[in-house]
Amino acid sequence: MKHNGRFGQFGGFYVPEVLIPALEEMEKAFYKYYKDKKFTAELDVLSHDYAGRPTPLYYATRFSELVGFKVYIKREDLLHGGAHKVNNCLGQGLLAKYMGKTKLIAETGAGQHGLATSMIGALFGMQTKIFMGAIDIERQSVNVHKMRLCGAEVISVKGGTETLKDAINEALRYWTANVADTFYLFGTACGPHPYPTIVKHFQSCIGIEARAQCLEKIGKLPDIVTACVGGGSNAIGIFSAFIDDKNVKLVGVEPAGKGIKTGKHAAPLNAGKVGILHGTKMYLMQNKEGQILDTESISAGLDYPGVGPEHCLLKDTGRAQYVAVEDKDVLDIFDIFTKCEGILPALESSHSLAWVYSQKGKLPADTTVVVNLSGRGDKDVDIVERNRKPL
Amino acid sequence: MKTYKQTFAELKRAALIPFFVIGDPDFDTSLEIVKAAIDGGADILELGIAFSDPIADGPTIQKADIRALAAGMDIEKAKDFIKKIKAYKDIPIGLLMYYNLIYQYGTEKFFVDFARAGVNSVLIADLSIDDVDEIYAPARKAGLDTVFMITPNTETERAKKIAEKCTGFIYTVSLLGVTGGRETLSDMIKPLISRLKSITDVPVCVGFGVSKPQHAAELAKAGADGVIIGSRIVKIIEENLNDKKSIPAKIKTFLTQFKEAIGR
Repeated sequence: MKHNGRFGQFGGFYVPEVLIPALEEMEKAFYKYYKDKKFTAELDVLSHDYAGRPTPLYYATRFSELVGFKVYIKREDLLHGGAHKVNNCLGQGLLAKYMGKTKLIAETGAGQHGLATSMIGALFGMQTKIFMGAIDIERQSVNVHKMRLCGAEVISVKGGTETLKDAINEALRYWTANVADTFYLFGTACGPHPYPTIVKHFQSCIGIEARAQCLEKIGKLPDIVTACVGGGSNAIGIFSAFIDDKNVKLVGVEPAGKGIKTGKHAAPLNAGKVGILHGTKMYLMQNKEGQILDTESISAGLDYPGVGPEHCLLKDTGRAQYVAVEDKDVLDIFDIFTKCEGILPALESSHSLAWVYSQKGKLPADTTVVVNLSGRGDKDVDIVERNRKPL
Repeated sequence: MKTYKQTFAELKRAALIPFFVIGDPDFDTSLEIVKAAIDGGADILELGIAFSDPIADGPTIQKADIRALAAGMDIEKAKDFIKKIKAYKDIPIGLLMYYNLIYQYGTEKFFVDFARAGVNSVLIADLSIDDVDEIYAPARKAGLDTVFMITPNTETERAKKIAEKCTGFIYTVSLLGVTGGRETLSDMIKPLISRLKSITDVPVCVGFGVSKPQHAAELAKAGADGVIIGSRIVKIIEENLNDKKSIPAKIKTFLTQFKEAIGR
């Protein structure tokens, strides 16, 4: 490996020996192509014509009136497939194509990454297998249908907590046996090097666009940029462009589930300890001995015990602040925001909206906040209905 | 305490190395099983401490981990288990585990405490030679030998680097994939054994997919210094959970067949 993949003490590539050659091959290909003219030109065309970039920065008038300061929404929900996941999938999928790989595998939680990978598998004519926890298959059945319609095989992962963590375990196991012709299209800025770097690179378009749009529309940089954090790909995607702008406050929002104190959450930056899982050193939800704990969140896409290594470093250096909001507040904001703006926010993205709403009355009226609306909430309508408080 | 070096020097044939998850299906049965394996002719023991997310393991060992954890296995009990085995017979013991458990315990302290309990080496499934500095010095300081994995896709230059850091033996993975019983031996393993034999004198022990006495015999003939039998033997536990008392005798009989096969 050319680089050590470290973000301070975090990151690295803690994987079985059998996977090292595959990660080395991927690292080599990434550094060969990511600035290559032909590669970037092809990716630009696909991002524009296939995915729908650039996405707008929308001034949410009524929501801003409600909270008492200015809220701008980065509309990643408008992308093809309904979430930011397509940015990374196009980039990695194209990388797989340039590497001569013919098969894609991916893990998925909410199904958004699985769907985006399935779309790209269809686009490039690659055989695609999606690993998904049995519980997630049940709670995100619409996405499962869509993946199958794209021609992907969806593999139900049983055992363990049957959520994202177990889907990653199983995808890694499958990969070890099929490293030669299979590209593991990892969904978030986590996992072993070079994934955190690759995923950040392909998601950095969010921040680059948002920063330029702020300067153009508002005439200045925002005061706060906020995004939800599960593995952390949409957050690192938008944060990355603002990291050097020291006056821009960065706020990542983790899922507090039933409440941090109950232990039933998925907020390792708020209540985890440094450990090693899935090839990377990161803040991790674990017991005293290091066994990984079950996580809980209403949003399948954030239901993961770890978090990307760069977020761990941003937390430790204090450059970004990481807060957590509970399921009940997420459900409330889903209703509030939809009624205000006529936009259904994904339950994942609703976490950052819920934090913004919690700042109502606390921030000056001229404060500008950019929320990364990482995905649309159509997939969540059933879950919201099921959890609706009886009248 | 008996070392790997002494063991390999004394043996005129390949070493028989069964693998078990400590505490599978429960502490007491597990203890009887491992004793039976020793009686059945094990030369070295490879023992796992159960982890919640074993990414290098197939379904058989995953289930064994779940059984052990459900029966209350933890690090302290694992230490006690090893002491009890060493009291039964002075046989070299290699631990095979995942990094997070060691990291949380404190790497240096883990090596010291487990060396004291009677362990000869600790192989970490998810730590490669690239991060050898995190464990090599503390392991050697604690008096442990070191063992790393080499797989069929490890390039020769890298294999040399790994071999240089193995003071115990090379855990040679026979195939590309996770642990689990297989019908036939991977066609990648014999070339790998020859390749390793041409670059190092460190003992080459082969694991993953070694499921039949015939496999062990073939590996021994191909020059392996040891054969590691994991999933196939753990499967015997899984298949006899309704009659736990019968398991030790079955394990002993099973291993005797392997012993005969590699002795031929």
